[in-house]
Amino acid sequence: MNYSDFLQMTPEVFLVITLIIAFFADFCLFKSESKTNILGSALAGPLVIVLGTCVLAASNHPEPISAFGGLYVVTPAINVMKAILTFGTLVVVIMAQKWVESQKRLAGEFYMLIVSTLLGMFMMMSSGSFLLFFLGLEMASVPLACMVAFDRHRKESAEGAAKYILVATFSSGVMLFGISFIYAATGTLYFDDVCAAVSNSPLCIMGLVFFFSGLGFKISLVPFHFWTADTYQGAPTPVTGYLSVISKGAAAITLCTILMKAFAPMVEYWNYMLYIVIVLSITVANLFAIRQSELKRFMAFSSISQAGYIMLAVVGNGQLGVAALTYYVLVYIVANMAVFTVINVVEQNNNGRTDMAAYNGFYQTNPKLSFLMTLALFSLAGIPPFAGMFSKFFVFMAGVQNGEPMAYGVVFIALVNTVVSLYYYLLIVKAMYITKTDSPLPTFQSDANTKMALAICTAGIALFGVASCVYEWIAAAGI
Amino acid sequence: MFSYTIFIMLLPLLSFIVLGLAGMKMQHKVAGLIGTCSLGMVTILSYITAFQYFFGLDRVNGVYQTFVPYNFTWLPLGNLHFDLGILLDPISVMMLIVISTVSLMVHIYSFGYMHGEKGFQRYYAFLSLFTMSMLGLVLATNIFQMYMFWELVGVSSYLLIGFYYPLKPAIAASKKAFIVTRFADMFFLVGILTFGYFVDSFSFNFAGDIVMGQGTTPFIEGNLAKAVAAGGFIIPTALVLMFIGGAGKSAMFPLHIWLPDAMEGPTPVSALIHAATMVVAGVFQIARMFPLWIEYAPQAMSIVVWVGVITAFYAAAVACAQSDIKRVLAFSTISQIAFMMVALGVSLPGHHGAILDNHAQLGYMAGMFHLFTHAMFKACLFLGAGCIIHAVHSNEMALMGGLRKYMPITHITFLISCLAIAGIPFFSGFSSKDEIITACMEYSPVVGWIMTGIAAMTAFYMFRLYYGIFWGTENKEAHAHHTPHEAPLTMTIPLIVLTVITVGVGVYTTIAGFAEWGGSFGSFVSAAGTDYTIHFNIQIAATSTVIAILSICLATYIYKGEQQPIADRLYATFPKLHRAAYKRFYQDEIWQYVTHRIIFRLVSTPIAWFDRHVVDGTFNFLAWGANEAGESIRSWQSGDVRQYAVWFITGTVALTLILLCI
Repeated sequence: MNYSDFLQMTPEVFLVITLIIAFFADFCLFKSESKTNILGSALAGPLVIVLGTCVLAASNHPEPISAFGGLYVVTPAINVMKAILTFGTLVVVIMAQKWVESQKRLAGEFYMLIVSTLLGMFMMMSSGSFLLFFLGLEMASVPLACMVAFDRHRKESAEGAAKYILVATFSSGVMLFGISFIYAATGTLYFDDVCAAVSNSPLCIMGLVFFFSGLGFKISLVPFHFWTADTYQGAPTPVTGYLSVISKGAAAITLCTILMKAFAPMVEYWNYMLYIVIVLSITVANLFAIRQSELKRFMAFSSISQAGYIMLAVVGNGQLGVAALTYYVLVYIVANMAVFTVINVVEQNNNGRTDMAAYNGFYQTNPKLSFLMTLALFSLAGIPPFAGMFSKFFVFMAGVQNGEPMAYGVVFIALVNTVVSLYYYLLIVKAMYITKTDSPLPTFQSDANTKMALAICTAGIALFGVASCVYEWIAAAGI
Repeated sequence: MFSYTIFIMLLPLLSFIVLGLAGMKMQHKVAGLIGTCSLGMVTILSYITAFQYFFGLDRVNGVYQTFVPYNFTWLPLGNLHFDLGILLDPISVMMLIVISTVSLMVHIYSFGYMHGEKGFQRYYAFLSLFTMSMLGLVLATNIFQMYMFWELVGVSSYLLIGFYYPLKPAIAASKKAFIVTRFADMFFLVGILTFGYFVDSFSFNFAGDIVMGQGTTPFIEGNLAKAVAAGGFIIPTALVLMFIGGAGKSAMFPLHIWLPDAMEGPTPVSALIHAATMVVAGVFQIARMFPLWIEYAPQAMSIVVWVGVITAFYAAAVACAQSDIKRVLAFSTISQIAFMMVALGVSLPGHHGAILDNHAQLGYMAGMFHLFTHAMFKACLFLGAGCIIHAVHSNEMALMGGLRKYMPITHITFLISCLAIAGIPFFSGFSSKDEIITACMEYSPVVGWIMTGIAAMTAFYMFRLYYGIFWGTENKEAHAHHTPHEAPLTMTIPLIVLTVITVGVGVYTTIAGFAEWGGSFGSFVSAAGTDYTIHFNIQIAATSTVIAILSICLATYIYKGEQQPIADRLYATFPKLHRAAYKRFYQDEIWQYVTHRIIFRLVSTPIAWFDRHVVDGTFNFLAWGANEAGESIRSWQSGDVRQYAVWFITGTVALTLILLCI
């Protein structure tokens, strides 16, 4: 084993160091009063360094790097995605501060868990073989279940975690099944070799679908989405935010690279599969979202339909795909995190209320928060000139780039669904601005961390679309 | 080289942001000073740019080169890309001078005019926004950037017209202006998209490649050739669609109806936006696309000519009967812009063969020249009108009269500007208008004589206005409790500056024109970018001067006296004609009829019915369906994990089966 290969994986190495710092900081500050503050900043610093390394790596290494005999492969596009996910994690850490404080003694664990999931996702994203991919996936899944169960006094939290871990185990089993089919058909686990050996035999097709369903679970695509609503509702709000953007983004880019790398010869098969899954995800999730009265459950269905849009970028297997997907995830992170930050701060200040009725008349008492929430919802719905419009546009472009008639059909259905989604996103806006109520939530003061998180997200919503350099940077790395 | 030009755009943007965000917390004076100082710097930079561009550079083959100091790609879309940048060529540099000068004068003037108004800071913020957008429009490197700033200019115009938003007419006027110009802009956008689709480029880099006497070879050749091959009508269609957008902005008949109403805005705004800068955007657009017009759509240019002629005549006729001084000026603006349009329209190549001869040079140059001179004297007239309104507190001519004793500076500057617009030698309007008429005569004697007639009308209505304000009976009743007084220095200085420019340019170009010196306007701005020497056609110059003087005499004869028996008799003889002209020939009523009766009644009502019954019905059905579907699939989401696993595996197996089947 060549230890110098570790130097190739700087982001991961830094994450491990971050993990160690978090562990020791937690250990040393066992009884300290201001523990969470120190811990939070102890974590934020290294995370910024990781972010910096990813950005540097993305711009310094235009060629893919391979280490450990092809087990670990990283391309500039993956590095860009890592940078984006680190950025998102940073936002989660910032916005979660107040909630973490309420966890007292266990605060340190949350930070350790979040870093280990991120580490797992990094491994998963930069894997060059199904082996490392599977390890990374599990490394991300198991701590996530712990995070979902973090609110120990709420039984929904435990229920959500139980469902999550059960379905995760099940899907891992199915996926392993699929991977073993592929191994049986090709005799290898390395993506490059799989690509060379894979054929259109029924064995390979079964392998493809079984493997896909495992990741479909992580991205929560229909019909692998059933856990989503229960888990999102049960999990603590910052964790829900983390699940809905970071975990989803990592799984999406992994699926994208593996489909494009390992299953490239089977492109027509997985294109068909994607058509079906995308149409189902967007439509079914929209149908469910219309009827929700619980905001976190609502956001769960919204995230399922957004996942459908994300996968639209992979359709067509073209150059634009990776860039469009990465950009979509970036824009989705800022918009969704803004919404979850508002949900979180409302929940923290009003005895854990997350139902939609709580937001009736919200504008009268908290105009600033409702305005920012509105911007975020507009971005999610893809209303110009917010970033969400641009990201949807690029995804649609990527979807039809090969000009297949089926792809046009799918994009058309997605477009129609955009209108539906506009309707239900506006339901919240309507509740905040128009619906009259005698007892709106009282006016409250947001804490500094919430303000910072909201400022970052709002800046992203406003700027990532208009400032084309963001997309160009991503696109330059993606090609 | 020219890297500092970016600040010409950034400074007003910065002051807009500062004033917009923090303005309400500032004192009036501070806010005004911030706006004015930033514009002062912009003006200095513009003059430096112009000096360096026109005098600091050598011409290549006698042609001014085009510079693009900045061009960022904003959104790449395959071959097409949206850029943002700065393009310097003779016309954009000339527009820089016009915009920054007039805008600075208006900024200074507004100190006095808007003194103590509520929302003073907001006013300066919007002025900055407008200036930034207008500069962006003229400096655009591509049609799309031009369009973006075009819309921004429209927005800031909307905001400024509606500045007195507690007043109903202001709101109605701002809405009207916005809707009418947006309606026209729709055509502009369609034109741009058509052009972009077929030509695969939005760039303006076809301009400046025309070389005098050598034909027009180096366009963005391949792309345009491809578009021509796809259909010879494509480029003309795109250009005409763009022209409709320009006609809306430049208030050409019949899209002019918003401009007179726009006078509800503060008077300095009318001077800046609705006289000197924004309304000439349409003219500028044609000048920008000029190489394409003469190469690919020479026939279509007659549309521009005739729209211009009709507008010029119509607006001049209406101006003769208005009693609101700002409306007279508004119609006069419409008429003068139409002169510029005609001038550009008549610059056809002499023989169809796309060789730019002297003829084409003349019209283009004259149009741009008139744009320049008109901006200066019309801004001066509007600002003068502002002083008068400030003194009398009314726009109605009936309440004025005999003001020359009270307001000497305003009186003199107003008179000089009237002489300029009437086309009297040694004032700037003479040189440019004379060139336009010469160009028209060469195009077709009919157009030439019509334009001469309209020039005579111009002189007539301007002096009717002048005598109505400064001579005639003093309205003692109105002045009883409030004697009119001269405006403060902040308001008179801009008047004097603009008058000095008008006279200075007038004297120099008149002498240069007769003596056939180089170094006149044509040396800087011409269609081919070459040195073009203006020389007057004595016959035409003499004719138009004599006619102008005759009309002035006629106006003097009718309107100068204390009593105006002739005018009264004329009204009595032709009451219907006067009334029709006063009512602007019922144009607004016609539009009202068209929009209300035809569009609302005949088109909208059935559509509304369709919408309510068919579309809503469909959507209600869909919503019902969606709800029902949601209800029926609700059991899927039961919370039962075993069931989830069953669905999971069912989905996987189903997908496998589907894939195996195809």
